[in-house]
Amino acid sequence: MTDIKKKSEGSFLRKLTSNQLFIPLAALILLAVINLINDPGFFKITLGTNNAGFPVFSGYLITILDYGSELGILAIGMTLVTAASGGQDISVGATIAIAGSAMLRVLCGGDSRPETIQAPIIVAFLVACIVGMLCGAFNGMLVAIFKIQPMIATLILFTAGRSIAAWINNNELPIVPDPKFSYFGSFIPGIPIPTTVFIVAICIVVIALVLKFTNLGLYTQAVGINESSSRLNGINPTFIKFLAFVILGLCVAVAALIKVSRLSTINYSVIAKDIEMDAILAVALGGNALSGGKFNMWASILGAYVIQFLTTTLYKFNVQSDALAAYKAVVVIILVVFSAPTVREYMGQLFKKLSPARKEAA
Amino acid sequence: MKKVLAVLLASAMTLGLVACGGAQQSSGTASAPASEGGLIKVGIINNDPNESGYRTANVADLKAKFTKENGYDAQFAYSLKNDEQIQAAQGFIQDEVDYLLLSAADTAGWDSVLQDAQAAGVKVILFDRTIDADPSLYEASIVSDMAKEGQTAVDWLASQNLPEYNVIHIQGVMGSAAQQGRSGALDTKVAAESNWNIVVQQTAEWNAEKAQQIVQSVIDAGTPFNVIYAENDDMAKGAVAALDAAGISHGVGKDVVVMGFDCNKWALEELLAQNWNYDGQCNPFQASYIDDIIKKLEKGETPEKTIIMDEKGFDATTITQDDVDNYGI
Repeated sequence: MTDIKKKSEGSFLRKLTSNQLFIPLAALILLAVINLINDPGFFKITLGTNNAGFPVFSGYLITILDYGSELGILAIGMTLVTAASGGQDISVGATIAIAGSAMLRVLCGGDSRPETIQAPIIVAFLVACIVGMLCGAFNGMLVAIFKIQPMIATLILFTAGRSIAAWINNNELPIVPDPKFSYFGSFIPGIPIPTTVFIVAICIVVIALVLKFTNLGLYTQAVGINESSSRLNGINPTFIKFLAFVILGLCVAVAALIKVSRLSTINYSVIAKDIEMDAILAVALGGNALSGGKFNMWASILGAYVIQFLTTTLYKFNVQSDALAAYKAVVVIILVVFSAPTVREYMGQLFKKLSPARKEAA
Repeated sequence: MKKVLAVLLASAMTLGLVACGGAQQSSGTASAPASEGGLIKVGIINNDPNESGYRTANVADLKAKFTKENGYDAQFAYSLKNDEQIQAAQGFIQDEVDYLLLSAADTAGWDSVLQDAQAAGVKVILFDRTIDADPSLYEASIVSDMAKEGQTAVDWLASQNLPEYNVIHIQGVMGSAAQQGRSGALDTKVAAESNWNIVVQQTAEWNAEKAQQIVQSVIDAGTPFNVIYAENDDMAKGAVAALDAAGISHGVGKDVVVMGFDCNKWALEELLAQNWNYDGQCNPFQASYIDDIIKKLEKGETPEKTIIMDEKGFDATTITQDDVDNYGI
């Protein structure tokens, strides 16, 4: 009786560690514990009022949920791209600048200081979506049809994107005059939870429904694991890869909406700087193979919030913000080492050695 | 297939290069005949106007001043890369311009080309940025004194007579001249005065989003502060967004004093609305100074070697609509 119980416990532990959500969850718990020990006030959430006089929640946890949104949304698209093409899109920061610039252009009508918005917000957002998807389609075409390595293909927009963004608005930095537009990046009056949380929730629900009711997930994994065998089974790998990049383009447009809304304007040269690296890190932190194939969407999204948790924690400890990248590099090193086959093999052996020893003890 | 693609790409690149070179050449020759009729021929080398709002204003100011109506035949070259700028300079020297106006991307590497200029009788005037070269190689330099900008701002802050100064200091890209100058004055003051404290000193790398996160972090921690010293307007804007979300009042007579730099027009409008308290100018309007120097040189006078531009600091309580229109960039 007790023997069976022990056995199931052992397999539970193994199941736990082999689960993809294990790495991001473990990282999250580790960060939470560090913060709890250092200052329990980290987890305090207070209800205050903002300068417009409406109630808002505030606290580090809210900050993490709020500022991690863009990364969470990008992680969705980046996971699909990684799984399907076995490579990453490094142009997402630059395409956020392009989509954001297009949004500003539509809202402000080419005037840098308009009195009122020149087009409904929904129109501007749809234009941004189209622009984002076109950028995605461009990358997807290079990768899927011309078979260029994803990182090289997206290097083009990575390099040129911010100049294109500046060109769309004639090097002007327009400011959106309508306070309603700023709701997307802050709070809707009367609702104390950041709007970005709802936007992410909508994105997650949509992608969950798509993965549940369509074959997108299955096909993407099939293409990522073995392109030729999936083609022999009647899947069109070119289309699946192309589609992954277009979906990422859509995610970029949603992220751009949040970015532009936060300050009602953007600076093309610095907006969403280095976010592509964080998005790729989110996918890696989620335990997804960067060489493509099987993926776990929820692990990636969780990974994105872990990164924001880390960033916020580092800010709290007053780490110089230009040194943040170095800390993220440490995370990457740990991830890479733990996912290396030799280390895994060693860990597996160690595990095996430990379990019979425990059985004897029982 | 791959080889064909490689060849195609390579040829496209070469074509692109040729096209660029061609464009530069043609702009040079096209304006050459116009130099008749006593026009002063100037070659202006500047940084890319897209670099920042400051640069855009700087380029627009130069373009407005050096026109045919004002007696100039001007050619422009823009690059953020030193070697491209040097190439452009050599082109201008060969084109026999009278004056070479230079805002160098990098401080080093200009000696030989400036010697060429001297040998060819081209007079060199530096604007906006100085270079590491022998002063005999140029006629004059017109620069901003970043340390003085910082000092003016800190003196203004000291004149507010707050009982205590708890400053959130948001810095620009570390090591840039603007960051060093603007940080230096504040650091000195904080070290000297007992009631001046730095709550947080962080670089946001001229980035509004980063500034917003830095200030958000201080608010979440519950650390009290009453001054935001941001080294440019963008970062001040990001900081203010964080204050607004947390319900912390800012501006004239409010809880937090907000300070920015560069005098963007929208920033001066925030001052006019008393949402911010102070904005320090970094003068991009150098054309009239350069014009004066050229006029002096033409008359045979010797201008001052280093001219430091007059730069203002605007206080929200005294700023007027005229200031916004005249000094906003």
